[in-house]
Amino acid sequence: MAENNVPEQENVLEEITSQGTDQIYSASQWQLMWWRLKKHKLAMIASVTLAILYFIVIFADFLAVAEPKTSEAKRGEMPPQGIHLTFDGINPKLYVYGTKGVRDPATFKKMFVADDTTQVPVKLFAKGYRYKILGVLPSDRHLLGVNAPMKAEEAIYLLGTDVQGRDVWSRLMLATRISMTIGLLSVSLSLFLGVLLGGVSGYYGGLIDLVIQRIIEILRSIPTIPLWMAIAASVPQDWSIIRVYFAITIIIAMFEWTRLAREVRGRFLSLRDEDFVTAAALLGASKIRIIFRHMVPSFMSHIIASSTLMIPFIIISETSLSFLGLGLRPPAISWGVMLQAAQNLQTMALTPWQLIPAAFVVVAVLAFNFLGDGLRDAADPYG
Amino acid sequence: MIAFIVNRLILALITIWVVTVISFALIQLPPGDYITSYVAQLMTQGEMVSDQEAEALREQYGLGSPFVVQYYKWLEKAAVGNFGISMEYQRPVTEVIGDRLFLTAILALAAALFTYAIAIPIGVISAVKQYSVTDYVATFLGFLGLAVPNFLLALALLYFGFVFFDANIGGLFSAEYASQSYSIGKVINLLSHLWLPALVLSIAGTAQVIRVLRANMLDELRRPYVVTARAKGLGEWRVVLKYPLRVALNPVVSTLGYLLPTLVSGSIIVSIVMSLPTLGPLLLRALIAQDMFLSGTIVLMIGIMTVIGTFISDLLLAWVDPRIRMEGG
Repeated sequence: MAENNVPEQENVLEEITSQGTDQIYSASQWQLMWWRLKKHKLAMIASVTLAILYFIVIFADFLAVAEPKTSEAKRGEMPPQGIHLTFDGINPKLYVYGTKGVRDPATFKKMFVADDTTQVPVKLFAKGYRYKILGVLPSDRHLLGVNAPMKAEEAIYLLGTDVQGRDVWSRLMLATRISMTIGLLSVSLSLFLGVLLGGVSGYYGGLIDLVIQRIIEILRSIPTIPLWMAIAASVPQDWSIIRVYFAITIIIAMFEWTRLAREVRGRFLSLRDEDFVTAAALLGASKIRIIFRHMVPSFMSHIIASSTLMIPFIIISETSLSFLGLGLRPPAISWGVMLQAAQNLQTMALTPWQLIPAAFVVVAVLAFNFLGDGLRDAADPYG
Repeated sequence: MIAFIVNRLILALITIWVVTVISFALIQLPPGDYITSYVAQLMTQGEMVSDQEAEALREQYGLGSPFVVQYYKWLEKAAVGNFGISMEYQRPVTEVIGDRLFLTAILALAAALFTYAIAIPIGVISAVKQYSVTDYVATFLGFLGLAVPNFLLALALLYFGFVFFDANIGGLFSAEYASQSYSIGKVINLLSHLWLPALVLSIAGTAQVIRVLRANMLDELRRPYVVTARAKGLGEWRVVLKYPLRVALNPVVSTLGYLLPTLVSGSIIVSIVMSLPTLGPLLLRALIAQDMFLSGTIVLMIGIMTVIGTFISDLLLAWVDPRIRMEGG
């Protein structure tokens, strides 16, 4: 696009001066892309954000404080607690105030007040519920925790609790795991379908191309949400969390591959007549080899950029479906499942901390969009 | 032009056919045949259904015969407006749907209008005044619009309405008009409620159109013909609006075809959150209650409505873009 011409030429010059001319000429395509991407500030901020989110995905259980599924009826809808810091001599000490449930004398509504006479010490790397790191290594260490034995009054709720008294912070950590991976999985699946069908369509052309293109057009002109809702609603109620998770992944991918297929087809059409492809064909390379060894690598960077831009759509779709109660269902935890609490206006007004997952959705979607934009700019060698 | 239209018409018909197959497949999805569940439903309500009656119903819908035959029988009935009976409401599906289809269409259209009415001026300004405060604000809001799911935006509005105005801002009609038949008063009442959900719905599309228009405008503004126009002494706004905008609008018009399905999709969720009397909440309830005739029909109607809308937008595109008009696309 012309809008980028001027600054990007400067970028190239800057790269030459900062990296040395020789390095520029001998650098691989991926290296060039990385140098470009480093210049894109928003994209870099976005990658740091995403790195943090995926850190949460991997270490969700470690970051969680309480077993996310244990409910404590007496502790329903508690507001977030602040962590306080004091110094015991020179040793820093973290603590939270204990909480007391009281009734508002006027409205008889249950509320919680901080009880500043009791200090509940908070320990780093404390022992808590048992879990497995990456599903393999058993552990019971958590980033934060209060001393066992757990009394109901002595617990930390960094982000408060939900109606059933479950710790919102811990649930949020585990929800991040589900919501951030469902996007990746769906995209991988759409990527496979998109490259396969888009590739076939672009490489062979003719009747196959016509048929695949019409299929794409038809799929894209049907509104997806009602269809997804209908298909998701027919997922049997007795399926396990894992099965529902994969079913939702597949349902979403079934319609999303069309975006990538179009892009791949376009790339194939423009590359089909390039000299290096003809050369490979003349050397007797098989079609499969030409496609995967010669053509796909030359536009892989673009495909990665477009896939990154697709993830936010999928995150939003999953969140919307789960919010309506048609996607993942409790006891599975995802951002959408957590936001179901917000369906009730009253709940939303009285316990706004239950809306925090929404902030995660927005941040994740923005981060993927910025990174995708950065990658797309970086992938274009002639900007 | 004719070739283009015929082409599109054929594609639209094929799409409608695909939609009917999908809808019928949805009706068939739950385990067991639906007459069994229908009969069970009637029984729980204390109605007696004899085996013969059940058998007659099965015969009527061709159950037991292959999928294709059943599909054909269903299609035959659907073609004359008999979409079966809603199990939950015990009334014909068409009656349950009532004017909800119409309201859904109105909502999607209003959202499409809003999208362009907001996006075109902002897109032009942020291209003409590139890197100005307006441009940055527009770009930022555009990204935010893309990042915030429709239903969250609707939730946020409901929340603020509730907290600051102590009012429920959902719905499409005030209570006194809800059950009345249409009158001028009711239409005005509808319009006074419609703008908010339409606005919510249009935000994501607006963000997209702004990006497309801004990029295309920037490309055009650097062309020599713009310099020429300026050198001739045309006023700045005249230069911008007369030539580059007209060229840059073409890709924007062609977004309409994809915008419509997205808007209809989005309207389902926004309607559920804001409890609008459109197809959205009805579909959700039907799906949860496994009221398959109702939900299948709703999916069918939404699908057909979108296909028709897309076809009309194709005609519009042909009318606007001379390249399609002349070459027969």
